[in-house]
Amino acid sequence: MYRIVKKEVLNPTVSRMWIDARPIARKAKAGQFIILRVDKEGERIPLTVAGTDKEKGLVEIIYQVVGATTMELNQKEEGDFLEDFVGPLGRPTELEGYRNVCVIGGGAGCAIALPEAKELHQLGARVTSIVGFRSKDLVILEKDFEACSDRFVRMSDDGTWGEKGLVTKALEDLIQGGEKFDCVVAIGPLIMMKFVCDVTKKYGVKTLCSMNPIMIDGTGMCGCCRVMVGGKMRFACVDGPDFDGHEIDFDSAMMRNTMYRPWERKKYEETCHLFQKEVH
Amino acid sequence: MAINMRPKKNPMPTQDPKVRARNFDEVALGYDEETAIDEAKRCLNCRNPSCVQGCPVRIDIPAFIHEVSEGRFEEAYQVISRSSALPAVCGRVCPQENQCEGKCIKLRLPVLKDGKPTGEHMEAVGIGRLERFVADYHRTHAKEEDRTIEKNGHKVAVIGSGPSGLTCAGDLARKGYDVTIFEALHVAGGVLMYGIPEFRLPKAIVQSEIDGLRKMGVRIETDMVIGQVYSIDELMQEQGFEAVFVGSGAGLPRFMNIPGENAKGVYSANEFLTRMNLMKAYREESKTPIEHAKRVAVVGGGNVAMDACRSALRLGAEHVYCVYRRGREELPARREEVEHAEEEGVDFQLLTNPVAIIEDLEGTPKTNPNYGCVKKIRCIRMKLGEPDASGRRRPEPIPDSEFELDVDCVIMSLGTSPNPLIKSTTPGIETNAHGCLIVNEETNETTKEHVYAGGDAVTGAATVILAMGAGKKAAKAIDEYLSSK
Repeated sequence: MYRIVKKEVLNPTVSRMWIDARPIARKAKAGQFIILRVDKEGERIPLTVAGTDKEKGLVEIIYQVVGATTMELNQKEEGDFLEDFVGPLGRPTELEGYRNVCVIGGGAGCAIALPEAKELHQLGARVTSIVGFRSKDLVILEKDFEACSDRFVRMSDDGTWGEKGLVTKALEDLIQGGEKFDCVVAIGPLIMMKFVCDVTKKYGVKTLCSMNPIMIDGTGMCGCCRVMVGGKMRFACVDGPDFDGHEIDFDSAMMRNTMYRPWERKKYEETCHLFQKEVH
Repeated sequence: MAINMRPKKNPMPTQDPKVRARNFDEVALGYDEETAIDEAKRCLNCRNPSCVQGCPVRIDIPAFIHEVSEGRFEEAYQVISRSSALPAVCGRVCPQENQCEGKCIKLRLPVLKDGKPTGEHMEAVGIGRLERFVADYHRTHAKEEDRTIEKNGHKVAVIGSGPSGLTCAGDLARKGYDVTIFEALHVAGGVLMYGIPEFRLPKAIVQSEIDGLRKMGVRIETDMVIGQVYSIDELMQEQGFEAVFVGSGAGLPRFMNIPGENAKGVYSANEFLTRMNLMKAYREESKTPIEHAKRVAVVGGGNVAMDACRSALRLGAEHVYCVYRRGREELPARREEVEHAEEEGVDFQLLTNPVAIIEDLEGTPKTNPNYGCVKKIRCIRMKLGEPDASGRRRPEPIPDSEFELDVDCVIMSLGTSPNPLIKSTTPGIETNAHGCLIVNEETNETTKEHVYAGGDAVTGAATVILAMGAGKKAAKAIDEYLSSK
């Protein structure tokens, strides 16, 4: 059992938790993830490690309530326990050696982009963060990004926060303005990462993307998290979750992620009724 | 004692195929006491028993069968448990026809009719069925043993709680070692829990074996992915483990590299069975989804393929194909599994190989709810050519014999490649060209000192009993090393 030491609501559907898991906190690096089960009957879900407090032995996770399991997770409060918490899993992102990096986060994907930006900042790289949300009331982690970015570009779909437009536009504007990034780290919805890669391919800028396919064991056993990269089958749990964005087959990844959509919707609605929440 | 010279084994009572193909209860029901004694009396108690040679852990088979024939079932259990840590499991999942029973002298005895040979031979003694009977008898009758084992103060780590790890841990705990098992998943048991289905190996049986180890003082730490949370070096240098046994099991599933393998509805057998067995996705209330496909093609012919076929039926499939590139004789699965699968209605497409999986790409994802899902599997008929390096005749495609099967789910059951995690995080540990850990055949020690290994991590996908044998061998070597230290 793993204790929830602290919980903080970031926006109406996104929260962060600090979990007491010293051995994982000691080892986890940017880009790695954990798998948790909320209770004894729970499903296994992967979540990226958003940060660690090595001294206190805490692992930070940030999640968005998108389905039954995340809703159940969100019912847990400080002092409650999670049934299982395994990690760190996957390979850390290779961030060393870059001088000028652009970190792009979209929506809840910002939770995954943030530790990359922090790590790069710590390694001494110049960090430009381009962060996009649909609207102002969904903004999360603004201060956290500000703290580790040399330049912070805010974007929103409706113009209520920062500049109106997509993150890809901000990126292309910077590149066209003469900015020479030696790497772009893009994390967010698959469709956003795909379009970021379309831009960076055009300008020949290396791009890393973190994939979030459906997983079960997360240790290299079931093959559920396969992703096609450069025409080869790779497994996000042991070969990733980061891959060269220019090589990823995003269309097939988007398709595979919808495999259980109707089922997920049904379970989500059941859970909403259970907790008497409004169905979104 | 009168020897029973009936040529045939006592049949195993089973659930009716039509009924069982729709439930998850155990298929084989086991012998009763009377049948067990009757079957045991078929054993000739050979002076040089070849069955023992066929057993990877060298159970004294004639001795235990003799006890059964006299009705001394607990004594029979004691004989088996001298050599095997998991008899209730092995009695159910060992390929006996290639091991003990395959060597039974009875197979060479002619069946006589009116004193004349009929040209047929007798069936082997039902050794596996007797082993299962004895283990089940012990589990339901034995009184709780309360013997405290004196600890010898040596700490050993076991990585993985599958058959090899459980065996190694049990043998060492019995000798007084302080054993900790590190398991990556949230439950212990490895393939016995996530792989082999309930209807073939009830999970309560596995659980009782694991509980037995806990009672002996073995600590089991679940949720521990060694290589990630701790490296082997950290276990040895920081946590004081003097020896480590690696039984991390099989790794990533193989695929065929044919078009369409990423369509929705294509599973590896590992994924399909993990969802079923570990996550209980077959239950209505489960929080883990699984596709309840109507028409399923399982590709492969091993035990795992049979488990996948039969699990798909139980999930409600109307038609299940087993697509295998060689012929019936070459099917690597246990004979009983093939027979059970056939009785339950699995349609064997032998000498057949898939060439492509065809997705439904009509319309758009918005207009077609099945967009991107499996629609058909295109196969080609095969014939057997010359023997290849493995000695088996190589299957070759027959030109212009392609055809399609309508399916909405494909399960690839083609074996696995070893998990790269231990190798990539343990300096000094070496693997062969297939990625399997290299070990000394006498001791099962790896190329890294005081680190031992066994099971699928060493052999690639193999059997429960072979993994157990490796766990035993390593336990013996670890004991020899630490007791002389």
